[in-house]
Amino acid sequence: MSDIAQSTSQSPSKSDQSGHDHHGPAKGITRWIYTTNHKDIGTLYLWFSFIMFLTGGCMALVIRSELFQPGLQLVQPEFFNQMTTMHGLIMVFGAVMPAFVGLANWMIPMMVGAPDMALPRMNNLSFWILPFAFAMLLSTLLMEGGGPNFGWTFYAPLSTTYAPPSVTFFIFSVHMMGISSIMGAINVIATILNMRAPGMTLMKMPLFVWTWLITAFLLIAVMPVLAGVITMMLMDIHFGTSFFDAGGGGDPVLFQHLFWFFGHPEVYIMILPAFGIISHIVPAFSRKRLFGYASMVYATASIALLSFIVWAHHMFTVGLPLAGELFFMYSTMLIAVPTGVKVFNWVSTMFRGAMTFETPMLFAIGFIVLFTIGGFSGLMLAISPADFQYHDTYFVVAHFHYVLVPGAVFSIIAGAYYWLPKWTGHMYDECLGKWHFWLSMIGVNLTFFPMHFIGLAGMPRRIPDYALQFADFNMIASIGGFLFGFSQLLFLYIVIKCIRGGKQAEANPWEGAEGLEWEVPSPAPYHTFSTPPEVK
Amino acid sequence: MATVSHSSDAHDSHDANHNSGDHQSYYVPHQSHWPIVAASGLFLLMFGTGQMINHPDSPLRWLSVVGALIIIWMFFGWFRNVIEESMGGLYDEQMDRSFRWGMGWFIFSEVMFFAAFFGALFYVRQLAVPWLAGDGSNAMTHELLWPDFVAQWPLMTPPDTSAYSGPQQIIDPWHLPLINTVLLVTSSVTLTFAHHALRANKRGALASWLALTLLLGAAFLVIQAEEYVEAYTKLGLTLESGIYGGTFFILTGFHGLHVTMGSIILLVMLLRILKGHFTPQQHFGFEAAAWYWHFVDVVWLGLFLFVYVF
Ligand SMILES: [Cu+2]
Repeated sequence: MSDIAQSTSQSPSKSDQSGHDHHGPAKGITRWIYTTNHKDIGTLYLWFSFIMFLTGGCMALVIRSELFQPGLQLVQPEFFNQMTTMHGLIMVFGAVMPAFVGLANWMIPMMVGAPDMALPRMNNLSFWILPFAFAMLLSTLLMEGGGPNFGWTFYAPLSTTYAPPSVTFFIFSVHMMGISSIMGAINVIATILNMRAPGMTLMKMPLFVWTWLITAFLLIAVMPVLAGVITMMLMDIHFGTSFFDAGGGGDPVLFQHLFWFFGHPEVYIMILPAFGIISHIVPAFSRKRLFGYASMVYATASIALLSFIVWAHHMFTVGLPLAGELFFMYSTMLIAVPTGVKVFNWVSTMFRGAMTFETPMLFAIGFIVLFTIGGFSGLMLAISPADFQYHDTYFVVAHFHYVLVPGAVFSIIAGAYYWLPKWTGHMYDECLGKWHFWLSMIGVNLTFFPMHFIGLAGMPRRIPDYALQFADFNMIASIGGFLFGFSQLLFLYIVIKCIRGGKQAEANPWEGAEGLEWEVPSPAPYHTFSTPPEVK
Repeated sequence: MATVSHSSDAHDSHDANHNSGDHQSYYVPHQSHWPIVAASGLFLLMFGTGQMINHPDSPLRWLSVVGALIIIWMFFGWFRNVIEESMGGLYDEQMDRSFRWGMGWFIFSEVMFFAAFFGALFYVRQLAVPWLAGDGSNAMTHELLWPDFVAQWPLMTPPDTSAYSGPQQIIDPWHLPLINTVLLVTSSVTLTFAHHALRANKRGALASWLALTLLLGAAFLVIQAEEYVEAYTKLGLTLESGIYGGTFFILTGFHGLHVTMGSIILLVMLLRILKGHFTPQQHFGFEAAAWYWHFVDVVWLGLFLFVYVF
């Protein structure tokens, strides 16, 4: 029997026993609650992430309002501490990570030619744990003694001996996020390793798939360490152990080691998928193949491996032995090499390309420029003796916001614009998209660039009041913060408008885009690649 | 293979997923309500446990029990679902590989969970305790905090004796822990015999070897419990006895929990075998349980060496 005959005959196959393969989505709310469909789950993740982005953003605006002028105006210092803590936790675990998982859900099966994620029911569970976890985390704000107030890094003994009672619920909610992340990562790895279409060898995989493969490995390696460290906190708080108490022979610095063994790979978990997205968008709008595909893969892998041996660069001022200071300084600086390879490759891809500047490309170029600035300030912070001056100042705040906001967040937005036509079947409003970009670009730089200066001048982070000399730059940062925050409502409007209508999108709306996801129609059918395509 | 040259019609959806002959398409289950049951059960368990810890008198503490029951119900239902699909022939080799990758990476995550506690143990022994006694450049730390403190491992006298009284004695590795080592290593061997019996389709031998494995696991747990009772009642070795007690109980405690989990999994496997499940060719459920059991065994060897002996 020929293949064509097979594909048209209605011979019953085993997949028909389940009787669902041809169906579209179920009706009503159960579609979203019971779904096993990677596109539905991707959508859920992305919307959840956006809601968390706005929630954490509101907290950032509380912080920026208080810091608009010196002195205490709006909030109590205790509440200010809860805002800085919750803002960080929500943005990291609720906004950035779920957004990347949402993009992975939507795109990876289509990019590798798979019918769905490898373990679709577990995929649903990974998502649905999150609303519960964040409901519990947010509810701590209403508890007696207030919510977590010890910073998103929750250093002991601030988070143990001196923590509010709600820390118990904080610990359990982080446990839930960890369970969700590990299951999500296992699903991504199993999908990539097992579900690729015939002919798609590892070195033919799209870079978003590669970067997520490595990200998933990082997640599985470090989320359990986070679970371990919060369990030790729980034991110290409630069961009389002394892991982080020197009086019993433990050490508060042990907390920092364990936390940053998780925490440093965690920052790469939030940036490697971004590298993947940018590596799709830049070639598409330069109408050239990506420069140095293989070196991109190796650079990603090197960054991931190095991320396990650099954690104590967050702890230079805590009293490390000199050998430790030197080791962690040099190993950290080494990361600049593979990161530099990436930036070089993106720029080389654009070099002499037939470039156009649609919104995804604008955000991608914004990413390259501003992420590089964040990378350079990271290199400054890696210099141990210099870090004694920068540590816990606004310079650090400027650094990691540059890599996370115009870094991770810009890449997510770029990816959203790039794939919106595929998701919705409509083109977004290009004019409004450009407005969104420029407002975000100006807002983000107004907010975070002055922080370099006030940080170098010595303004400490996480303090609701400051000396008069920092007043001007703080006011500029606050204005920028509101500009950036409200620009994101424009993004919301553009996305809703795009879902509800707009110019019909072709299967491949971008002249230079390549990959299997552009070979299925737009909007992508509910089930794609039930039979794997052949990749040559 | 029917997959060849489908690329063109695969793109315009629908009719492409009819295959026959040797190719079977990857089974994507229809909607399932088990995940949301699991997520709500987990939430109730976590929230209720938090209440139990923070407000022991609050009636909300019972939510933890409700959550635990929901999770148990969910495991029954979800796995029954999967077993029925598997025995209904819906799974192909690719699905089998997904399960293998899934279980393998799950065990890797468990390895990293224990790595955190082993890391803490090594850090405390090699660095934190000696530093408190003035090692390295920490002479002033020693002088200013607890000048009488002497570094030793096992740490019998914690620095701040008013807050933490150290253990009077520690567990002798060559009695109960040695017996436990023998039990657990033997159980790994008997489990391997069971696996061989399954592959040779000797159902009687399979059930007996597996039952013996379970018995050894249960004996391990009984002895571990006896050791804990002894530690608390006779040796003064408790969670509160400074960092030695902390590292001892967190490592052996989580290991014991894993043995308990592994035993429950093996018990389920035994019941399934008695019901006639698994074939010599297809028995990944059994293999996954065996992987887990061997992993727990390896962790124990690390514990025996670094917690008890050295
Ligand atoms: Cu770092």
